Amino acid sequence: MGKTLFEKIWSAHIVAKVDENIDVLYIDKHFIHEVTSPQAFAGLERKNNKVFRPKQTLATADHNVPTKDQHLPIADNLSRSQVNALTENCKNHGITLYELGHPYHGIVHVIGPELGFTLPGMTIVCGDSHTSTHGAFGNIAFGIGTSEVEQVFATQCLLQSKPKTMRINVEGKLKKGVTAKDIILYIISKISVGGATGYFVEYAGEAITRLSMEERMTVCNMSIEMGARGGLIAPDEITFAYLKDKPFAPKGDQWQQAVDYWSSLYTDNDAVLNKEFSFSAEDVEPMITYGTNPDMAIGINDPIPDKKGKDARSLQYMNLEAGAFLKNKKINWVFIGSCTNSRIEDLRAVAEVIRGRKKADHVSAFIIPGSSQVREQAKKEGIEKIFIDAGFELREPGCSACLGMNEDKVPQGEYCVSTSNRNFEGRQGPGARTILASPLTAAACAIAGKIIDVRELIN
Amino acid sequence: MEKFTAITSSAIPLPVENIDTDQIIPARFLKAVERKGFGENLFRDWRSDENNRLKPDFVLNNPQYEGSILVAGKNFGIGSSREHAAWALYDSGFRVVVSSFFGDIFKNNALNNGLLPVQVTEHFVQLLLQQISKDPHTKVTVDLHHQLICVPSTLSIEPFKINEYKKTCLLNGYDDIDYLLTLKDKIEQYEKTSEYIHLTRTT
Repeated sequence: MGKTLFEKIWSAHIVAKVDENIDVLYIDKHFIHEVTSPQAFAGLERKNNKVFRPKQTLATADHNVPTKDQHLPIADNLSRSQVNALTENCKNHGITLYELGHPYHGIVHVIGPELGFTLPGMTIVCGDSHTSTHGAFGNIAFGIGTSEVEQVFATQCLLQSKPKTMRINVEGKLKKGVTAKDIILYIISKISVGGATGYFVEYAGEAITRLSMEERMTVCNMSIEMGARGGLIAPDEITFAYLKDKPFAPKGDQWQQAVDYWSSLYTDNDAVLNKEFSFSAEDVEPMITYGTNPDMAIGINDPIPDKKGKDARSLQYMNLEAGAFLKNKKINWVFIGSCTNSRIEDLRAVAEVIRGRKKADHVSAFIIPGSSQVREQAKKEGIEKIFIDAGFELREPGCSACLGMNEDKVPQGEYCVSTSNRNFEGRQGPGARTILASPLTAAACAIAGKIIDVRELIN
Repeated sequence: MEKFTAITSSAIPLPVENIDTDQIIPARFLKAVERKGFGENLFRDWRSDENNRLKPDFVLNNPQYEGSILVAGKNFGIGSSREHAAWALYDSGFRVVVSSFFGDIFKNNALNNGLLPVQVTEHFVQLLLQQISKDPHTKVTVDLHHQLICVPSTLSIEPFKINEYKKTCLLNGYDDIDYLLTLKDKIEQYEKTSEYIHLTRTT
């Protein structure tokens, strides 16, 4: 019987078996950031252990950092301490850190791929649930807690029970105005917020293989929002073309060896998966969320479903009603950013919608690029000028209003159309009301000052 | 970590589904560099309003309810991987969370910190909630050794599953890291012999 891509990678990384359920899994790459690492470093030092493989570790400060005036000391005392702790810890353990101001600095799941630190066939972890992003390259990449961060520091391994496998096929072609973000919001709305718990997802099918690497990252990023351990897409020519000449990708003779190995990374035709779903890309509309978890999503022109009181708490928090339409609802905030949608293609897409237009006067619209490299690229392409002319603020890289850990919070009771990945109660600030959408939809809403179908602007 | 063998305690009901870790511990409280002190911000935005006044209708503010067992709606602990959620619960005195379904990452984090996630049928969760509603001081016993949860006063009882290795760790207070450190030789052997590893090396 054939093997799935997931099984091929998993079995290649087993160091030992604890019992029939738990394996000791070798971890190729470990990303760290300032929020989930300090206690892990402290634990290491308390037990007189050292970081075992510092060269396989990469650090950045992203969750807590301001997105303005990054050249100045961080104003918030606790944030500054936490970021300083990361700097100290990386120095003491010989870990490469791309701190604020470094040309490679940015959100952890944006910089790994753009540097070629993320490569196909790997096991990759980080103390952050959106680590699933890296699965776009054909990886087993998943989020871990701080105790597990310490385990990887000390041994470059983790104890893991092997999840079951799920394949999600998306066939057909996306309609105009419909993006990778809409695909994943659609999928989550069908599978539900816990529907993939205990599974590792593989995305396949024509609509998936047509996606660029950045679009694949958007899809894999939100795998966790349906409870999946992670999500991956088999590497192909699009993957290899993206990686060639990236700073840390294999070079010279090693490049061809790598491509030969990566070309063997696919699910065999006769492999059997534990669960399988199929969807048509043509059924996907521009999506929008109405509730307080990511599966509460509908097409932009659809009414909020009536679930007979099951959604009562959510709808009360969002001050919305079953049967109502989100379209034409006035909104005051638009956030374009996060590890889901903050790469150069996302910024280009926004620029196309807003070129020659101005945002609505009452809207605060800010764009947080995923990394310094993305920001520089946007400037070079003249995109920054388009943003400024339209009244959008282009800031400096960081997680920002995705989780409102820094100053970038959405005020109590305000609606924010956001290209991020979670609309939980209070996610963007206490009492904030998050509406998840694609960069195209978010851009259109900023122009209109209300929720609209982007296709009204781009046709 | 602290050992966990068995516990008998009254239980606190929180019959909300899909409780995510942002509710358990909001992001703005993740700035500390220690493991301690997160208890005071457990469910912060459900407990207190924007002026830091306690919300009278939230269960943790109701003196009738107390104990080390939390009975929660299904799909508990979804969302962010923040282990701080497990720390906040533990720091507040919880040692068990009972639900019919758990987020994966939270479940692992809980197990790594001596906080036992007990997965039972939704039917049993409803039974517990009914009994607690009749009498907030209902005692619930969780026995890890026998993998049983019961209400002695009504004899309601249900078994729960747990991986043998994780059970051994909890019963003895072992950390995964100690086990992993005994495997250093095997790990280095793997690094030398793995066919693919040289292709993953960063220059």
